[in-house]
Amino acid sequence: MGPDAVGVPLSKKAYSAEAGATQDAYAQVPGFYTLFRTELVLSARRRSDIVNPLLFFVTVLAMMPLGIGPEPEMLSRMAPGLIWVMSLLATLLSQESLFRGDYEDGSLEQLALQPQPLYFPVLAKVLVHWLVTGVPLALLSPLLGMMLNLGAAGYWPLFISLVLGTASLSLIGAVGAALTVALRRPGLLLALIIMPLYVPVLIFGTGTVQAALDGYSFGPQLAVLGAILAVAAALAPLASAGAIRISLEN
Amino acid sequence: MEFQFDSLASFFAMNGHGPYVWAAYGVAVLVLVALAVAPVLRQRTLRREFKQQLRQEEARRRAAAARAASQRAVETVE
Amino acid sequence: MSWQWFHRLGSPRWFYQKSSAWLPWLGGAALLLLAVGIVWGLGFAPEDFKQGNSYRIIYIHVPAAFLALAGYYIMAISGAIGLIWKMKLSFVVMRAAAPIGAALTFIALFTGAVWGKPTWGTYWVWDARITSMLILFFLYLGVMALSGAFSREQSGDKASALLALVGTVNIPIIYKSVDWWFTLHQPATLKLTEASTIDPSMFYPLITMIAGFYLFYAWVLTLHTRAMILQREGRTQWVRELLGAPAPTKA
Repeated sequence: MGPDAVGVPLSKKAYSAEAGATQDAYAQVPGFYTLFRTELVLSARRRSDIVNPLLFFVTVLAMMPLGIGPEPEMLSRMAPGLIWVMSLLATLLSQESLFRGDYEDGSLEQLALQPQPLYFPVLAKVLVHWLVTGVPLALLSPLLGMMLNLGAAGYWPLFISLVLGTASLSLIGAVGAALTVALRRPGLLLALIIMPLYVPVLIFGTGTVQAALDGYSFGPQLAVLGAILAVAAALAPLASAGAIRISLEN
Repeated sequence: MEFQFDSLASFFAMNGHGPYVWAAYGVAVLVLVALAVAPVLRQRTLRREFKQQLRQEEARRRAAAARAASQRAVETVE
Repeated sequence: MSWQWFHRLGSPRWFYQKSSAWLPWLGGAALLLLAVGIVWGLGFAPEDFKQGNSYRIIYIHVPAAFLALAGYYIMAISGAIGLIWKMKLSFVVMRAAAPIGAALTFIALFTGAVWGKPTWGTYWVWDARITSMLILFFLYLGVMALSGAFSREQSGDKASALLALVGTVNIPIIYKSVDWWFTLHQPATLKLTEASTIDPSMFYPLITMIAGFYLFYAWVLTLHTRAMILQREGRTQWVRELLGAPAPTKA
């Protein structure tokens, strides 16, 4: 397989020759590396896609004390749950555009026409989505923990659970994004179909922080989050690939 | 096995739990009835609509046939 | 080995014609069992010594909850059959199962809430079962919303079938995690529906109601499927003949 086999369908995204050359080394996972690179560069250029979910996250969390009152004890009790629910929403809102651009300009169709399975391209896109939303959310979380008076024991578990959990969220949300990509205004529908599937991640995400705050070991909860991530990484791209093919028929 | 209540009134009162028991049963039965009735009504409307469509098609076909016949009659007279 | 029966099973026309013979039996048996179960449960089953008469709600709450969950699997499995064997009928069954399942989930939620008032003193508790039921309700609503969102029917069929399948993989995980979450937050509460501790005189009406609900489900699912078949196949020749149109005369 030459570099072009993968490069051509996405030619409008201007692959550099050098990207095509390195790609040969990753021929076992067709198109993964090339697509990953391109997506990363693309999202780095569309800065609003990275910044907006984060701004949303911070703004809504800043509303919370205004809504429920500034008592530090109450805020610190609610902090893990609030931060986690807001991460859910921020991920979900940013997910709508995951396949949208590629669907509208036709490159999704080109990708689907390739002989290789869609698994790796989808995984590459989800990985980039996680890198530009989930990881920054996790990095911002200590700041918000401080604003919401989170106990000192909670910072590290919050960060690590967000890193693991948002990866699962990105994967699960990709299924919803793929299912709704052909619809004109999928925003609320996407939330409706995906939110219930986020429940386990939310429970074990906040569970991790709560366990640490209560002085227990949070390893088990983290292990469950990891297990969820493993299952999601195996199955969600498959389901997304199927959903993309369905959406393309529409 | 015997009836657990000594009067109909005590059956409805359910020893103070009447409102809860009857509300639960009432709503459940309502929903179940709606589940069974809705498709029957839907079928009836669909059948009516389709039959009406069929009648319209039939009428149109007849009209076309009549028009063709009168056309032929005019032609033979000429 | 012929697969003819399997493909015949997938034909909406075959199903529509055959099912009209089953319907009265199915409906009659379902309504009979439900009527017997309701009268038995309301009037003849003994009163619970701890909860009084409010426990009688169990006779609709538990069967509805059973069917709500089973209905999701029925919906997802028929969706899967549709995706794999491209069978028209199974997509119709899947779509028909969604509102029925949602309605049964609603019954389970409503009766659970009403039962909670005399038992726990409040209508809503974030009990593990009730919370799982609520999430199941959302899952149903999601499938319904997605199936209705597509302008092309086949896309809606396939998309919602896929979503139902994803939900099926998730349901056990959701149930387990909600269970764990509940034990974490409220370690000691009464367990209400322990089947092992229930007296036979209370259990037999429950079994009757569960059987009645299963039959009722089958009956209503058939009714909904038939209505939807008629709607979808309205332009086909067999529906036209069914409604009294003359057979086409090939010139």
